[in-house]
Amino acid sequence: MIVDELRRGIEGGWKAYDASTFTQDQNYEADVAIVGTGAGGGTAAEILSDAGLRVILIEEGPLWTSSDFHMLERESYPNLYQESAGRKTKDKGINILQGRSVGGSTTVNWTTSLRTPPETLAYWRDRFGLRDFEESDLAPWFARMEKRLNVAPWAKPPNANNDVLRKGAARLGIATAVVPRNVKGCWNLGYCGLGCPTNAKQSMLVTTIPAALARGATLLSRTRAWKLETGGANRVTALTCQAMQPDGVRPGPHAIRIRARHFVIASGAIGSPALLLRSGLPDPYGRVGKRTFLHPTLISAAMMPYEVRGYAGAPQSVYSDHFLTVDPIDGPAGYKLEVPPLHPILMATNVPGFGAAHEAIMQQMPSANTIIALLRDGFNDQSQGGTVELKSDGTPLLDYPITDFLWDGARRAFQTMAEIQFAADAKTVYPLHENAVPYPSLAQARSAIAALPMGILQTRVASAHVMGGCGMGADPKTSVVDGSGSHHHVENLSVFDGSVFPTSLGANPQLSIYAVVARNATRLVRSLTGP
Amino acid sequence: MPTRRQVIGAGVVAIAALAVGGLIYESRRNSAPADAFAFRVLDEEDRAILAAIVPAMIPTANVAATIEGFDTAVAGLTPSVQAEVAQLFTILRVPVLRMLATGIMTPWSDASVSDVANFLTRWRFSPILKLRAAYDALHQLALAAWYGSNAAWPPINYPGPPPVSS
Repeated sequence: MIVDELRRGIEGGWKAYDASTFTQDQNYEADVAIVGTGAGGGTAAEILSDAGLRVILIEEGPLWTSSDFHMLERESYPNLYQESAGRKTKDKGINILQGRSVGGSTTVNWTTSLRTPPETLAYWRDRFGLRDFEESDLAPWFARMEKRLNVAPWAKPPNANNDVLRKGAARLGIATAVVPRNVKGCWNLGYCGLGCPTNAKQSMLVTTIPAALARGATLLSRTRAWKLETGGANRVTALTCQAMQPDGVRPGPHAIRIRARHFVIASGAIGSPALLLRSGLPDPYGRVGKRTFLHPTLISAAMMPYEVRGYAGAPQSVYSDHFLTVDPIDGPAGYKLEVPPLHPILMATNVPGFGAAHEAIMQQMPSANTIIALLRDGFNDQSQGGTVELKSDGTPLLDYPITDFLWDGARRAFQTMAEIQFAADAKTVYPLHENAVPYPSLAQARSAIAALPMGILQTRVASAHVMGGCGMGADPKTSVVDGSGSHHHVENLSVFDGSVFPTSLGANPQLSIYAVVARNATRLVRSLTGP
Repeated sequence: MPTRRQVIGAGVVAIAALAVGGLIYESRRNSAPADAFAFRVLDEEDRAILAAIVPAMIPTANVAATIEGFDTAVAGLTPSVQAEVAQLFTILRVPVLRMLATGIMTPWSDASVSDVANFLTRWRFSPILKLRAAYDALHQLALAAWYGSNAAWPPINYPGPPPVSS
């Protein structure tokens, strides 16, 4: 029996409103206004409302719940993802998968729940003066959120897709580990990326957001936060928003104005800097939008001699950090190895080429395995990330140049993935690159990969992890917020999301966001309710 | 050496194939009445261009369904990206731009699948980043449009989502 608790709660009087249905301008007042309902906004909403604060949540995307999730890409991509799952960097070189509905990316992520790697925290302490980011400082917050979201290593066997990574790596002596997932009573269907139809995924949509609504919080969906008003002083007085049209693409005629004591920005690593830039808030050192990171991701497809059915079963259950540890963190680009699910649109749009050759590969879909390598960016002078800018219509655009440093990592990653796939008995391996083809032997793959010209829109590069852009640090000259997420220059403004990370993580971001935000929201409660 | 009769025979077969191909092409284009699907972005001229591109991109796709999916996909993009798609279609629509950018000298309705394939290959491997980006846009939109539909799944042996009863 699947219970759509959120829909039932709204029918019972929870305050959730779709702004595309508004027929006039609206005004709201709250103690805390939270922009964004993903990992950051959701976590903050529960903690703040739990403390008795009146909270209002603002979400640009729609409110879709389990009853709406039909495991169909054609429905989920336009409704649950930024820019129909086709968000691009400025030169179109990287395709970004990022959520945009109530629950943010947690509604559509693949449930991988990993703590921030200790070497990443050490780098933050050393380079950004984030002294209370010792492992032991954060451990209780990780433990708290793991308990809240039922995070545990996946206990069932990996699906055949993930088992290719496990088996191939094992035969080469490369260590892999089991992915911890935030699920409860998971049906092992494999469609996490399209919205969990059984409410097993413990996303914000089924945990913190219903909890906040049950305590009286207000949720505005199809509401685009447009501008923070300061009235001159270094205090935000109000937030103006656009009520979106039902198509979710264009703003409608009605404005929404929200007044609050405190404002929390949690719009993700592209949306949060964009809101600060649009608002013209103080940024004396020009830090807003800088150092935005993506874990640029390379893809290697293999045809296996047996059915893999990459669309069935928990999408991510095996990973390897081996290639994050072979060099120092600030040395040549390291990469994390994972496995993505395969669905028809995801596969068809990522396989290069067209015509009969493309169809021939599609026809082998059940035998296809895919491994991805996520490059760890932001730890080297040659890897400074991208910059969020505004388009002429005020919407964000990420300029992310791929440096030779990253291309070098990409080439090594292709070699590694081919070795692992052949070690796992692959018949062919196809590094996804316009100039590549499926190679029938490791020797052929090796020499081809060594010669591939690495370049934008030649090498296929994707990202599902947006981080940075409002980086935290002790020094306002090099950061936007402090370690508590408080804005360096505006009194009643915090940033609580993945945009505060001063580098990429080297791990899937959700759990790092949960833990850091849980700590910072708890600190905010103390400052708002204390004596 | 093939005999003269065999050469003539092959020629007749080729002409017949072209004629049949043309008929299939026409029937695909006309298989849905114009008002069956409410297009939100693409006008008739855009659709005629796609009717030439889709068979080269995805030979076994249902062309009409793919064009409808393409329209839906574009309508879901942000206004600024929709404007970029409109620019791309302008290049494909204006004859002199089409000839310069794609090398296709005939109107789209007369372009063969191999003409279109040559143009796609030219853009795919172009040294000009903007042409590679335009190819990528057509690739992504057309393939998403077709493979999102249930009709595309049996040929790729994808069973579709599992049943979930609550």
